[in-house]
Amino acid sequence: MELYSGAKIRGFVHLYIGEEAVAVGVNQALREEDAVVSTYREHGHALARGVSADAVMAEMYGRATGCSRGRGGSMHLFDATHRFYGGNAIVAGGLPLAAGLALADRMRGSTRVTCCFFGDGAFAEGEFHETANLAALWRLPLLLVCENNLYAMGTSLAREHAQTNLAMRAASYGMPAWTVDGMDVLAVEAAALRAAESVRAGNGPHFLEAQTYRFRAHSMYDPDRYRAKSEIEEWKGRDPLKGLAELMRSEGQLDDRVMEELDKEVLAEIDQSVQRAEKAPLEPVSDLLRFVTSETGGAA
Amino acid sequence: MSTRKAPTGTSRPTTYREALREGLREALLQDERVFLMGEDVGRYGGCFGVSLGLLEEFGPDRIRDTPLSESGFVGAGIGAALGGMRPVVEIMTVNFSLLALDQILNNAATLLHMSGGQLSVPVVIRMTTGAGRQLGAQHSHSLEGWYAHIPGIRVLAPATVDDARHMLAAALADPDPVLLFEHGSLYNAEGSLDATVDAVDLDTAAVRRPGTDVSVITYGGSLPKAMAAAETLAGEGISAEVVDLRTLRPLDDATVMASVGRTHRAVIVDEAWRSGSLAAEISSRITEQAFYELDAPVQRVCSAEVPIPYARQLEEAALPQPATIVDAVRRAVS
Ligand SMILES: Cc1ncc(C[n+]2csc(CCOP(=O)(O)OP(=O)(O)O)c2C)c(N)n1
Repeated sequence: MELYSGAKIRGFVHLYIGEEAVAVGVNQALREEDAVVSTYREHGHALARGVSADAVMAEMYGRATGCSRGRGGSMHLFDATHRFYGGNAIVAGGLPLAAGLALADRMRGSTRVTCCFFGDGAFAEGEFHETANLAALWRLPLLLVCENNLYAMGTSLAREHAQTNLAMRAASYGMPAWTVDGMDVLAVEAAALRAAESVRAGNGPHFLEAQTYRFRAHSMYDPDRYRAKSEIEEWKGRDPLKGLAELMRSEGQLDDRVMEELDKEVLAEIDQSVQRAEKAPLEPVSDLLRFVTSETGGAA
Repeated sequence: MSTRKAPTGTSRPTTYREALREGLREALLQDERVFLMGEDVGRYGGCFGVSLGLLEEFGPDRIRDTPLSESGFVGAGIGAALGGMRPVVEIMTVNFSLLALDQILNNAATLLHMSGGQLSVPVVIRMTTGAGRQLGAQHSHSLEGWYAHIPGIRVLAPATVDDARHMLAAALADPDPVLLFEHGSLYNAEGSLDATVDAVDLDTAAVRRPGTDVSVITYGGSLPKAMAAAETLAGEGISAEVVDLRTLRPLDDATVMASVGRTHRAVIVDEAWRSGSLAAEISSRITEQAFYELDAPVQRVCSAEVPIPYARQLEEAALPQPATIVDAVRRAVS
């Protein structure tokens, strides 16, 4: 946020603070060979998937070392080596893509899973429903993870959905659909593991609704006038990071010293990414027109 | 381009529809990553009959009927291409492709660049375009020029049976998204399939009829009309050269400018609306690149600025016709 205010990073930035348990829990359930399709709020997904903080930070800086070589920015992080397929700024635009990735696996008899993250707002788009129908019809190995943070920008769930029970609606397409506490990383992991294993076993698509909350505004341009302060504070009381730390403390798996070390490590990693991004070369303007069409003359 | 062997035998008559089917069949036989999907491509045989019989031969996994979900299945084609397959997606007509425009523009055309060169999208999307069959506005528009506006995709418009037969293979060999526009009024058109042709070059336009007095530049469903006009004009002593663009993006400027350099006059025939059309783009390029070659203003023959009407006489009046092309050429040479 400081970097943004300092104009080091521009464009729309959608913070994921408060929703971390979803990205971490789900990615724990996925394997290296699986694929992830995400949205514009994808920093958490990218990091949890294993994309390096350096590559993400450099992309936000628009540098040549960024994971999209400065052409994507905050909303379009990609990393083919981690099978991380974005980073999509069109609400629900990633859903059909994810179905296609799953279709490719299905047609070749692969047991890989494709996981698609999207929000409660995306659930209202036709592309969600087209994808759900297609995936269930063709029994695609697709894990649909709806991050229900109760708001699509400033529009609350009840003001955008005639029926707010999303899992029930997803189930109507003929796929298993569960709701999980998205503030509890262990609960998310357990549910995602169960779902992913079932997808892997050939039982077609599964839908997971993670009930979560974003602590920050929708984007850096959002004055956040549509939510009561008290509501935000209430959800902050369920901070997934604090919750996990408390649990681990109570079970004797974490003490203050380790916690301090961890904090330091994280801050150092971020600091280092910032420094590396600051020093990284800019993608040359003479390369502006690169990657509009393929240069290799043959795709994988 | 394609490395396929030349088919044996001599030139033989075939329809545009059969030529497309042969191209599809060959693609399916040659590469098991290739599959066809779209509304009614299987059981029904394709709404224009292009894929008739392919379901029986290749099975429902590779000739895949989809629900009415243009955005969903076009996006799934893009995803499958990302996943290593070579999907051929059929959209019934360009009119319905607008429901999938988000996927085509925001994903297919964009992913390679946005990912800094990491993700290429080797998908081929086929669809019908054009008017002339009294289907009313919502089945008759020519919107390929809109797609030709978009960087990151290739836009093809086969006008002959040879191109219908071979463009698909070349499209599948392209690592990037390719859109193939088949003009609805051409499906039944018969032509002689040239047995000596085994591959087509997507980078160059073709001179379909040499001439010395005027260049008639066109593509797709307007090609037969331009050829008919050229025949009429020949009877009046006017020698028209007919250039078939074949690829609408990227445009082959060199062939167009060379032709204008020979004839010094240009008439562009484009079934889309005139305003903001591909014809406008080509005219502008001629002005930019060959202005001093011109002996007359560039003429354009486009559709009337009206949703294409149903009634035969209205539809005919709305579209470019051999007679209107002849008139435009006469204006250019007078
Ligand atoms: C097709 C489309 N319509 C509108 C927008 C503008 N927009 C960006 S995010 C957003 C809200 C999406 O909410 P949700 O899917 O719940 O995701 P969240 O931001 O809560 O993670 C909107 C309306 C967009 N990017 N794409």
